[in-house]
Amino acid sequence: MSTTTTTIVNLPDQRTATLPKRHYLNNEDGLLSWLFTGDHKRIAILYLISITFFFFIGGAFAGLIRLELLTPQPDLMASDTYNKMFSMHGIVMVFLFLVPSVPATLGNFLIPIMLGAKDLAFPKINLLSWYLYVAGGLFTLAALVLGGVDTGWTFTTPLSTHYLNTNVVTAATGIFIAGFASIFTGLNFIVTIHRMRAPGMTWFRMPLFVWANYAASILMVLGTPVVAISLVLVALERTVGIGVFDPTKGGDPLLFQHLFWFYSHPAVYIMILPGMGVISEVISTFSRKRVFGYTAVAFSSVAIALFGFFVWEHHMFIMGVSNYSALVFSLLTMLVAVPSAIKIFNWAFTLQKGSITFETPMIYAFAFMGLFVIGGMTGVFLGALGMDIHLTETYFIVAHFHYVMVGGMLMAFLAGIHFWWPKMTGRMYPESFSKLSAVTSFIGFNLTFMPQFILGYLGMPRRYHVYPPEFQVLNVLSTAGATVLGVGFLLPLLYLGWSLKYGAIAGDNPWQATGLEWQIQSPPITENFTEIPIVDHEAYDYDWLAHKTEQEVTTVG
Amino acid sequence: MDNALVATHHHTDETAVHEEHEHVVLPQHRHHFETEQQQREAGTFGMWLFLLTEIMFFGGLFFAYLLYRNWYHDAFVAASNQLSIPLGATNTAILIGSGFFMALGVWAAEVRKKGLLVLFLVITTVLGFAFLGIKYVEYHEKWEKHHIPGEHFDVSEFVNPQAYGLKEQPLAPDMAQKTQVFFSLYFAMTGMHALHMIIGIGLLFWLTWRAYRGEFSSGYVAPIENFGLYWHFVDIVWIFLFPLLYLINRHPGS
Repeated sequence: MSTTTTTIVNLPDQRTATLPKRHYLNNEDGLLSWLFTGDHKRIAILYLISITFFFFIGGAFAGLIRLELLTPQPDLMASDTYNKMFSMHGIVMVFLFLVPSVPATLGNFLIPIMLGAKDLAFPKINLLSWYLYVAGGLFTLAALVLGGVDTGWTFTTPLSTHYLNTNVVTAATGIFIAGFASIFTGLNFIVTIHRMRAPGMTWFRMPLFVWANYAASILMVLGTPVVAISLVLVALERTVGIGVFDPTKGGDPLLFQHLFWFYSHPAVYIMILPGMGVISEVISTFSRKRVFGYTAVAFSSVAIALFGFFVWEHHMFIMGVSNYSALVFSLLTMLVAVPSAIKIFNWAFTLQKGSITFETPMIYAFAFMGLFVIGGMTGVFLGALGMDIHLTETYFIVAHFHYVMVGGMLMAFLAGIHFWWPKMTGRMYPESFSKLSAVTSFIGFNLTFMPQFILGYLGMPRRYHVYPPEFQVLNVLSTAGATVLGVGFLLPLLYLGWSLKYGAIAGDNPWQATGLEWQIQSPPITENFTEIPIVDHEAYDYDWLAHKTEQEVTTVG
Repeated sequence: MDNALVATHHHTDETAVHEEHEHVVLPQHRHHFETEQQQREAGTFGMWLFLLTEIMFFGGLFFAYLLYRNWYHDAFVAASNQLSIPLGATNTAILIGSGFFMALGVWAAEVRKKGLLVLFLVITTVLGFAFLGIKYVEYHEKWEKHHIPGEHFDVSEFVNPQAYGLKEQPLAPDMAQKTQVFFSLYFAMTGMHALHMIIGIGLLFWLTWRAYRGEFSSGYVAPIENFGLYWHFVDIVWIFLFPLLYLINRHPGS
């Protein structure tokens, strides 16, 4: 496709934009119309509110952890309290924020619209999924209020089954229930993508965001039940004393780790893949170019999902697994870097000769690319057997997965929230504030976690709250960075809330993006489309958009 | 890139099929599906995916069984011999029978025979209860013999089988302890299976009530079909559990 005619950036004049009279937000009124809704867009908003709530709870734990680590001595809390802090931080952030973050909010909102469907295949199951999520969240909160849980988010046996007297069963129940919320979301997405595409929406015309969520959904459907059964066995071991993981009865604690990581490593890709989908959309839109190597990017999502199932043992290299299997898993782990690199290179080529503008989503996307590369590359270090023995269970690991999860996923989540905010609410966020917050989070993030790479390399173990005084400088840097990062994450909450009432009216397509979701009114009507679209163009076809805009006959939305 | 196509909305094959269907819209048809066929296919596809999830759920247990059976072969053989083949075989027959009547129920729904559908669903439910009853008898026996894992678990029957009138070779005390792993898995696996049966029976009551009210007598059979898939899946899990727990390697000499 030619790029000459499409590179002219001509964003619509927003002063003439108006809010539509009827849309999904004001179609019905009252709390009950939200609590019993079957509308995927409203469920997405419900999810957005609840995961934001849990994000700030998990963030509060992170703040307390960093505050404690400001000094080498245990000033703020005792060691068992500290154990509870990092456990609850991990449980809340992983199971209640990261896993549902992009799929359950943006995915729920956008996938049916991107496919040209009126809703997900099973609206009631979608609502059930949110209720299960809330129930899981309440169980986790109950575990917290009753005194916390201190197993770490990994529930490692026999620690979790024999040595601790905290609320393991309550927290495990919460995760079990929230797991089914995730299974139902994934199931709904897969069925919708297979069966509900509009006429002409072939598999290779789907936006890459849909491909990425499809791959993540496969992981949700196949991986989550395995962690469910392993947590059931832990709970049974604690309550009635069966002996599947109990070494005194002949059970093998390592088996728990095999089962747990069989889910929890793919879970990492459940968290990151939808974020990669967001980045594909944002990069293409603000470069005004079709994503380079569309097919490769689409298949690399599926490849990551596939490889993701065969790398779990790298979490147990130091735990007495066979050397030969460690060798195989080390190799397989490094293979994941290939499809990830395919994505990064293709995004870079998308940028090349594009007409790039630096709106907030694009800044977040750039942050994602840089931070994800660091997080991903350090993952390759950790996949190498020799390095892993040196670095495992140190702050190097902590820094590594925070670069992927926070630097990668959270940045992608924020990119997506800003990008689709006009579509979801009909109003623009304030551009200057949001740019400030994007830059603040980027600086704060690096300041927090870059020192942790060095700390880990020097040998500071994770999950301890007392450390030798020579590590203090780096820890102070990290805590200072966490403060900046906290401001960077708090700002969007404030100005996005403000924009709900005072933001500029966005109009249908403020970014001049090509996706189907931008061709309908913002906010959309409950049924998304007045007439089911017939798709006759590829994804990211800016020629089609320019052509369409020229001849467009205004229709009543 | 022909925009005229969008505007004129040609009648393709797909839309023709769609319009043909429109005059038979049923109350169960959900607004967001274009056709009823699409709705039915989506429902069945969703059910198969859910069963895939269930396979992975039981897969964890089967994996654990595989591992420990290899490690503690003698203990697993001795403990496996404690299970009653007649009861297990009866239960297998009952479950296959219940699956048979469920399949007949799907047929009855498809040919819109309300009375037969209710009858077959009731027979399916009764057989489900029979299975759980026999399972209760088996569990109760384990309870009396102190073969429930936990504090009261008793290995004496495996250390000294002659005293209990068994012909087996005695196990060394540490291997005898490993029978507890077998029983842990036995209860976890059959317990999970029984839980699925109980959920299934709950759903059967609900479906029977709806069938009795005639909801499935006008050609809308998706709930019956999809429940049938679930019920057969629960059967199949048992078809794997029965040989693995009861039958495999009954002769310690072999």
